[in-house]
Amino acid sequence: MTAIELRGVSVALDGRPVLRELTLRIPGGSRLGLIGPNGSGKTTLLRAIAGLVPHDGEIRIGDAAGGGLSRRELARRIALVPQNPAVPAGIAVTDYVLLGRTPYIPYLGTESRRDLEIVASVLDHLDLAGFAARRLDSLSGGERQRAVLARALAQQAPVLLLDEPTTGLDVGHQQQVLELVDALRDDLGLTVVSAMHDLTLAGQFADHLVLLDGGRVAADGPARTVLTEQVISQHYHASVRVLEDPGGGIVVVPVRVPTERQVVM
Amino acid sequence: MTVTERRPGRDAAVAPGPGAARLRAGTLLAACAGLAGAALLAVLVGPVRLAPGAVLLELVGRLPLVHTHSGLTRQEAAILWQLRLPRVVLGGLVGAMLALAGAAYQGVFRNPLADPYLLGAAAGAGLGATLAIAYGPDTSSWPVDLLPVAAFAGAVIAVAAAYALGRSGGAGSTTTLILSGVAVAAFLTAIQTYVQQRESETLREVYGWILGRLTTAGWREVVLVVPYALLSTVAILLHRRLLDVLAVGDDEASSLGVRAARVRLVVVAAATLATAAAVAVSGLIGFVGIIVPHTIRLVAGSSYRLLAPLSLVAGAAFLILADLVARTVMAPAELPIGVVTAIFGAPFFALVLRSSRHAP
Repeated sequence: MTAIELRGVSVALDGRPVLRELTLRIPGGSRLGLIGPNGSGKTTLLRAIAGLVPHDGEIRIGDAAGGGLSRRELARRIALVPQNPAVPAGIAVTDYVLLGRTPYIPYLGTESRRDLEIVASVLDHLDLAGFAARRLDSLSGGERQRAVLARALAQQAPVLLLDEPTTGLDVGHQQQVLELVDALRDDLGLTVVSAMHDLTLAGQFADHLVLLDGGRVAADGPARTVLTEQVISQHYHASVRVLEDPGGGIVVVPVRVPTERQVVM
Repeated sequence: MTVTERRPGRDAAVAPGPGAARLRAGTLLAACAGLAGAALLAVLVGPVRLAPGAVLLELVGRLPLVHTHSGLTRQEAAILWQLRLPRVVLGGLVGAMLALAGAAYQGVFRNPLADPYLLGAAAGAGLGATLAIAYGPDTSSWPVDLLPVAAFAGAVIAVAAAYALGRSGGAGSTTTLILSGVAVAAFLTAIQTYVQQRESETLREVYGWILGRLTTAGWREVVLVVPYALLSTVAILLHRRLLDVLAVGDDEASSLGVRAARVRLVVVAAATLATAAAVAVSGLIGFVGIIVPHTIRLVAGSSYRLLAPLSLVAGAAFLILADLVARTVMAPAELPIGVVTAIFGAPFFALVLRSSRHAP
């Protein structure tokens, strides 16, 4: 089953083309890693799928054309975790997670008992029950990221879009968040699309990588075929070594090429 | 795909459950009691002291099917019904509208320092009032004064102009809207100052209006304000949950299924009607729209589910008390109520500025 399908999708922001004729099929239940240098269009692609930027071409969400869905219907099918989520001053963690129920609460109505139950169970699931009454702005970076994930899960959407979910987290919290997303995907059968900068983590936590460059798909496939020294140096203009991890994965390490200045010294 | 099946029925332990709803109702009830106390105090105190028991009996006696003899003299009853009560009711309405409009503006613009006059309502009302004072015909024989109508129209036109200008510039981003409000306000204030200078004999009257007053308050003004007050209150209270959603910004609100620009338009329209109605009958009373919602945020949190109704009630109580101070401290002379609210408001405003510097 296909969760998301893009056919010839182009997006221009302020007249500048950001995505060009993108065609992509994302199978249901898969973990797609979206990689590419800064400005390659990763965030814009996620925003286009979430219906936040106008696009040319066709985006199908499940069996429906994305353009044919209302905002609320779209929000029930796709949950987006932005790179820098807003942290409203003084909001309590439960109230924040309750925002995820917005697409189910009648426009001018209030939350039902069931909405509150879902919020409580999501908080429980993410080990946040103890933080329920805390202010969101008083949480640490890792805890806050879990609260943001909880809000997205409260949307009960089959597709979860993550824009740089590990931004600002230390290496331990990066792994914890990604493991958590992985476990949730298994438990709930989610389709997860994450834009990622860390290529090693991208290779470890995605079944399939899509490398964007200049708004086009530059490479596409399992980590081993996409994360090669040649592809990375060509598209990132970076010097890296791709190493074999005895555990079975691959590791991408930046290396410093000695410059002339260093040689002289 | 449901997350909820794991632990159904678990709700009482966390904040937004029925326990929180009860807490909200309790807070609101306490605020209403405070408002009733403030109103009663304001009715009793004045040049002629009225006996509390007799006033209560007199008020209860007006209820249908209740017959009491309050013991108030005919003159005391007239003071109660024709002077004190309309003034207290009008003060309450004006305070409620300004505080609610302020809270609403702060929500839709995600700006803690937004006030009901942000988009030029004050400047528009000021120009309308000045034109009415300087060039208006004698309206003593008309069913309504020209002044409140002109002020109301000025406020609504100014905000509509600012909104149209802000939206034509971009996709209605909040910063663009606020900047166009600044531009419209500057333009209208310039015209108002020019008219005021040309017709300098009106200076005193215009100045008195700008400082705000409830001195002419009668039932006529109350009747004038009530329809707008009701309409705005219902509209804003219905949107109180959506105001919480807007707190995460337009983009995230959109991804949660809310059309932020539409919510903003409706709420701004309602808040503007409320502001214009208040300004029309009382002139420019500053700071109520800032101090009341911010005090409530400090005490009861920032969710509009409680903030909006509490602002309504606390705003009413605050202005009734401010008016009581305004008419008693220098009796028989009256302080302009705008002076009283600013004397309390300006230091508070400084405090809010200080604490918002610590906010993330």
